[in-house]
Amino acid sequence: MADQIKLSKSDRIHVWWRSTFLQGSWNYERMQNGGWAYSLIPALKKLYTTKEDRAAALKRHMEFFNTHPYVASPIIGVTMALEEERSNGAPIDDVTIQGVKVGMMGPLAGVGDPVFWFTAKPIIGALAASLALGGSIMGPILYFVVWNIMRMAFMWYTQELGYKAGSAITEDLSGGILQDITKGASILGMFILPALIERWVNVDFSPVKVSSIKQAKGAYIDWDKLPAGAKGVKEALVQQKAGLSLDKYKVTTLQDNLNQLIPGLAALIITFLCMWLLKKKVSPIWIIFGLFAFGVIMHVLGVM
Amino acid sequence: MNLNAIQMILVVLVAFLAGMEGILDEFHFHQPVVACALIGLVTGQLVPCIILGGSLQMIALGWSNVGAAVAPDAALAAIASAIILVLGGQGRAGVSSAIAIAVPLAVAGLLLTILARTIATLIVHIMDRAAEEGSFAKIDMWQMIAIAMQGLRIAIPAALILAVGAGPVKSMLNAMPTWLTDGLSIGGGMVVAVGYAMVINMMATREVWPFFVLGFVLAAISELTLIALGGIGVAMALIYLNLSKMGGSGNGGGSGTGDPVGDIIDKY
Repeated sequence: MADQIKLSKSDRIHVWWRSTFLQGSWNYERMQNGGWAYSLIPALKKLYTTKEDRAAALKRHMEFFNTHPYVASPIIGVTMALEEERSNGAPIDDVTIQGVKVGMMGPLAGVGDPVFWFTAKPIIGALAASLALGGSIMGPILYFVVWNIMRMAFMWYTQELGYKAGSAITEDLSGGILQDITKGASILGMFILPALIERWVNVDFSPVKVSSIKQAKGAYIDWDKLPAGAKGVKEALVQQKAGLSLDKYKVTTLQDNLNQLIPGLAALIITFLCMWLLKKKVSPIWIIFGLFAFGVIMHVLGVM
Repeated sequence: MNLNAIQMILVVLVAFLAGMEGILDEFHFHQPVVACALIGLVTGQLVPCIILGGSLQMIALGWSNVGAAVAPDAALAAIASAIILVLGGQGRAGVSSAIAIAVPLAVAGLLLTILARTIATLIVHIMDRAAEEGSFAKIDMWQMIAIAMQGLRIAIPAALILAVGAGPVKSMLNAMPTWLTDGLSIGGGMVVAVGYAMVINMMATREVWPFFVLGFVLAAISELTLIALGGIGVAMALIYLNLSKMGGSGNGGGSGTGDPVGDIIDKY
């Protein structure tokens, strides 16, 4: 047992780096299989020396594989541990390895999609985009740095976790922790999303004037009676601060009325409409075109 | 605005990176907020490109490749519209029409993605043969070729737009009447909803809907920033998870029916 081959930390770092390219040869037949084999090569190279062993190892890792690209890391860790034991003579056959891969990829994708795609990305993206809308370079920098630190750390630590725990991790993850993370992420996501909808979906019915009321004297700034020059500007600002209206007529738009119900109501309705259409299997692209067309038509009609 | 040779090469390089990331989904060079900023950086039109990136990012928040589904292509949309914005030379004023151009580009990119992923099927068959031979080097090489093909998916269209040049792009943009561009930017304000709707459809269960209501109501308080709302959200998620566990053990521990009088009567 003295000459057991062990994967060194540097081997594992190489695998971790290569797993960045997991989806590079994503294809409709076996999805991430090429990238999966590519990622494991540093480990396989060390563990198997004969040509036959290497060919067999590569072939078993060219089987179908697909999961969320980041949560593939713990599976890679487990697979490395299994391959290591196998190369040292443990009775682990192809079916076991494929079974572990397939057994883990489904539930883990179920965690990766809500946590990364539906929670982390919209939140970090919205934060960065709101900075970028103001023309600040901090927007793109923030997105790039935060995203990559999070991703790289996650991939490295979960790969190590998988490697150390070996096959035990499968039982570990199928327990409560996995469900808790998924549920926690969907709670956070569902809480933040309506805030994003309210603040970033712009539906504005301001051109529609519901009413126009002539206000009582003294409730608006009487522009004719202001002193001339800079003094007048000052007086106008003072009066406005005191709560006087700028115009003689108080105009109430449809938008004002909607905002009195609750801000963002129109945005919410548009979102629900989109959800309903998506459930009816309408392609998101058609919905996007539809909304552009709707915007143009409503603008031409003077409603928006 | 005309670009010099070095700038053009850098633009194509950025496009290549974005194309790679469009499939890898790791470094996120293809996310509009990053991709547009990079195009702005190499062309010297940083600020308008950052604003374009921010607007497109809002639209693309919910676009993700889930399972085998292909999302609209943020990479081509971001890169091509940023190049058009730069070539058009309108600065900030050109942002809203660039957004309108981005959406059809996202569709075109979707088709290119499907094509590239189909070609990748041929590549993995070559990799199968390499596996039979036990050749690590060939697997490495074909993996790199597959990634490079994905890079070209964006780099070639970017080069084509550069080849067409500033003149035609500018006249195309100028040909758009204001009612159309204004209307499109109004539409652009609503299009964001589609991404959110996709995400909600994926996540929503009966259990988490109340949190949606809470989020919507609290968002009306404009003093609460997104970070503050995030804090509240994390706290609520933790409280909910802990409480639901307590509830679970409580039901398991107590054998009663919750009706003490009924229990006593049953015992007699």
